[in-house]
Parts: sequence; C-alpha cells; structure tokens
Amino acid sequence: MIQLILEQALNGLQFGLMLFLLAAGLTLVFGIMDMINLAHGSLYMVGAYLAAAAAAASGSFVIGVLAAVAGTAVVGALLEVAVLRRLYARDHLAQVLATFALILIANEAVRWVWGDQPMLLNAPEALAGPVEIAGFSYPAYRLLIIAVGVAVALALYVVVAKTRVGMWVRAGASNREMTEALGVNVKRLFTLVFAAGAGLCALAGALLGPLLAVQVGMGESILILAFVVIVIGGIGSIRGALAGSLLVGVVDTLGRALLPWLLRAFLPAEVASNLGPALAAILIYLLMAAILFWKPAGLLPARG
Amino acid sequence: MAGVGMKSALYRQSARRRGLAVAALVALAALPLLLQAIGQDFYVSFAARLLIFALAATGLNFIVGFGGMVAFGHAAFFGAGAYTVAILAQHGVTSAFVAWPAAAGLAALLALGIGAVSLRTRGVYFIMITLAFAQMIYYLFISLKTWGGDDGLSLPARSGFGPLHLGDDAVFYWVVLACLAAVLFLLDRIAHARFGRVLQAIRENESRMEALGYPVAAYQLACFVIGGTLAGLAGALIANHGLLASPNLLHWTQSGTLLVMVIVGGVGALYGGFAGALTLLLLEEALAAVTGHWHVALGLLLLGVVFYAPRGVAAYLHGLVTRRQNDD
Repeated sequence: MIQLILEQALNGLQFGLMLFLLAAGLTLVFGIMDMINLAHGSLYMVGAYLAAAAAAASGSFVIGVLAAVAGTAVVGALLEVAVLRRLYARDHLAQVLATFALILIANEAVRWVWGDQPMLLNAPEALAGPVEIAGFSYPAYRLLIIAVGVAVALALYVVVAKTRVGMWVRAGASNREMTEALGVNVKRLFTLVFAAGAGLCALAGALLGPLLAVQVGMGESILILAFVVIVIGGIGSIRGALAGSLLVGVVDTLGRALLPWLLRAFLPAEVASNLGPALAAILIYLLMAAILFWKPAGLLPARG
Repeated sequence: MAGVGMKSALYRQSARRRGLAVAALVALAALPLLLQAIGQDFYVSFAARLLIFALAATGLNFIVGFGGMVAFGHAAFFGAGAYTVAILAQHGVTSAFVAWPAAAGLAALLALGIGAVSLRTRGVYFIMITLAFAQMIYYLFISLKTWGGDDGLSLPARSGFGPLHLGDDAVFYWVVLACLAAVLFLLDRIAHARFGRVLQAIRENESRMEALGYPVAAYQLACFVIGGTLAGLAGALIANHGLLASPNLLHWTQSGTLLVMVIVGGVGALYGGFAGALTLLLLEEALAAVTGHWHVALGLLLLGVVFYAPRGVAAYLHGLVTRRQNDD
C-alpha cells in the first residue's frame, strides 16, 4: 500500500512538473497582457510532433527534444508578432475567437504535414527499464522527467527572481503601464517571454510524448488543466503556477489511484467502482471552484 | 467591455423590422418544401441542426451580450438537456411534453447552481470557473458507465409529440423552427420589459445599479438561468436530431464553438446567435465540400472576423449597407 502511494505520488510530481512547463508561459501571457490564449495547447502539440519527427530523422531522442524546443520557440515568436500582438488591447471575447481559430489552423496544419495517425516517439533505450529506489522499482524515464522538470523550474526561478530580465517580467506582470513608463520595452520583452513559453511547451510535449500519445487534439485536453493550474496559483504568478501545478498533478494522480479504493471502504463495491473514477476525474475542478470561491485571486497572487 | 454599448439599438425593433422577421419566418417555414421540390431532402436535416445550434447560441448570447457575462461553459447546459432526454427515454419516458420541459428544467437548475457560485467572481475568473463547472459535468458523464460513458447514450426514436410524427425530418424541422421563433419573440419581449432594461443597465454600469439599490446579483443570476434553460431545450432537440446524447456535446470545445457563433454573429444582437450559427455551419458545410483541409480556411476566416468585423458578421453587413446609403 505504502509503495502504491509512493509510486503514485512520484507520478503526480512528474505530471505536475510537466504541467508547470505549460503553465509557466501561459500564466505570464495571461498576467502581463491580460490575454486568454487558447492556442497555448497547440504549441505543446507542435512541440511533440517536432520532437517525434526530429528524433525519427536523427535517431537521437536528445536531438529531437532540442530541435522541438528551438523550433517551437521560433513558431511561438512568429505567432506572437503576426497575430497575438494585435489582440492584447482587445476584449476577452475577441481573444477567445482568434485563438480558437488558431487551434483549428494548427490542428489541421499538423494533420496536413504528419497525417491522421498518432506519431511514435520512443524514450531513449538506456532509460527504458526501471530503477530501484528505496526498495521499489520506478521507471527510469519518469525519473528523468522529474529531474528535468525540477532543473527547469529552478532555472526559471533563478531567471525570474534574480536577473534583470526576470525583474522586468515580474514588474510587467504586476503593473504593465508603470513598467512601460519606467522605460522597459514591454512589447519586445513580451515576444521573448512568449517564445520562451513556447519552448517550455515544446519541452513538456517532447518529454511526455513517449508516455502519452503524440496525436492531433493532445493540446486541447491538457490546455484546460494548464488553465486550472494558473487560476489556482494566481494569474501572472510563476510561484503560483509551480504550486498550482504540483497540487493539481498530485491531487489528480493520487485521486485517480486512491479514491475508488477509499470509496470501497464505505460504499458497496458496484457503486464505488462506478462513482470512484467519476469523482476522481472532477476532483481538480472541484478544487479549482472551491479555491476561486474562497480565494478568488488564487493561492499566490502576482499583485500583492 | 468594448463593443457592448451598441446592443440596445439592435434590440429595439421597429415595426418594419418586425415585418422582416415575419417574412423571414415564412421563408424558413417554406424551406423544407423547397428542398424537397428540388430533391435535396438531406438538407432538411442539416437545416434543423442549424436551427438547433442557433437556439443554443441565442441562449448564450443572452448571457454574454445581454447580461454582459462571458460564460465559457455553455456546453454543460446543452449536454445536460440532451442527456436528460436520452436518460428519460431509457426509462420509457418518450413524450416530448414531459422530456423536453424536464431537459430545460434540469438545465435551469444546473444553471442556478453554477451561476450562484460563479457570479461571485468577475472577468477572467468568471470565464474560468464556468469552464471548470462544465468540465466537471463532462467528466462526470464520461465516467458513468450506466449512461454510456465515452460512447454516449443513444435514443431508440425521436420523442413522441402528440399527433405529429417527429421521425419525419420536415416535421421535426418545423417544430424546431417554432421553438426558435417562440424563443426569439420571448427574448425580444424581455428586452423591452423592465427586467430587460435593468439587465442592460447592469451591463453598462454595474456599480451604479448597485448603488441605486437594484439586486444586481439576482438579476444576473436570472439572466444566466434563462440562457442555460434555452441551451437545455436546444440540447433536448439535438439529442432528438442525432438520436444520441454524446459526451462531445459537453466538451469544452463545444462551449468554444457556441461562443464563436455568438461572436461571429454579433454579441448582444437579438439575431446574433442565429446569424452566427448560420454563418459557421454553412461555412463548414461549404468549405468541407471544396477542400479536405477546410479547418484552415475556417480558421483564417475567423481571424478575419476578429480583425475586420469585430462586432460580428451581422453588424459588418449592416455597416456596409448603411455606408452605401450614406454615400448615395
């Protein structure tokens, strides 16, 4: 039992860290520009496809991941300059419509280039097996994901909290007009932030590729989770995004593993097996609604 | 919110516009006969689907355009209505006079609950919390195996409707058209009633109405519930149309599609939902006939709407016409 909980907790941590890669970019876009970007999930999809294609062409997983990050960052920067930049001043409805249109275009473009079938992306062979930690075995590849996730989160923390660019980003998120008035070119800064966010999306897509399927529509399902994360954490807050990601990752994973089992203790087996998965699936949305109800600005809001 | 101020003018219909509405209704009622005459029966069913989406989008437009609340979870009410009809049919209740009001009623209850919680938040948070609730409903239905899970729940036949046989596509179309026309008439009346005036004033300036002593939250909640109820009715109709209550109806992309219809048609315009559903579904149909990659074309067109017709297609065309008149 303990082993199951530990294993699921690690899985939750791994999922949460990947969510963080998605949420970090999204929360900054949302926070600084007050912009709802539904197309963020499409960047994740594009990243996964680029990784699969580059890995297949070069025969190396690492090259695949690097190519995906670089390629998607370029796509993100182009998208920001060509379309999204013109939406910042518009209302949320226009942003929803435009980025919904971008999802349609991205999905069809990917289908055009790579076809309808899901793509195969294999983890490096060296990491295919399990490793022993503290008496139980855990897939080596998932450990790698956790390690990369922690490293990126730390790097991001250092960049945002300790560097000049990071200071501008934080300033922009908490008061854009004032930051502009103080001479920061928020527009250019923002193209940079957006490209970086796109790169992080691609990293998440490439790393999750071997675990989940690389297919059209993969972005839409995870996008909503990323939104849940940033709303829970507080829009525009990187710290909040990290806290929210880990919370959502762990609650979702543990909920799915343990709730059906817990319910069986109180309810008849048939009801429990029916209700358990349903309850587990809506758990994080309940969490989000509760947090919005009691703490409308999120757990760690950017504007203090 | 920009672009919301122009609505009341669109809602205020002159006698001439009412005449136009009646003419449009007659033309729409004659459509199935016309299609049958030229041997394109297939399109009767398509037209019914279009009107059903118009009804759902009209409900959403009432919330978004009239109440000024950007809700991103309309699929919850749409799908709940569809599932109500399917579940009742599973238990042997097949009369439309029972099942459809039940679907609308359940959607209303759902909207009451969701609205009461969500309306404590504003702006982006309102968008997100309505989305969260809709996702809850979606996951609830796909994980409950008794109601079909991922596959959805199918109906054995269309609902019984007194002496009318809804299995006939033309008859079904007329019933749907009657529902839509009644709803549009009702919303037009609401817009002119005291309730409607207060709602519009709240949309324009919430704190002022609060200060004047109006129970703002109650008005907004009532608006939200009305919109949700209409979506529930549309859901009952769509389940009858495809003989299936599919989890796709509850998916967030469905909420997105409905919102896109509203924006394309014209936020806050009485016929905005109708114009949007018409534009979007006809475009889909036409583009799909021309190219397999029609999603790209549709996406580009929607981007065009955002940048060149920000108040929706109806207002854009209206603007073209008035500009020409001014030139004369």
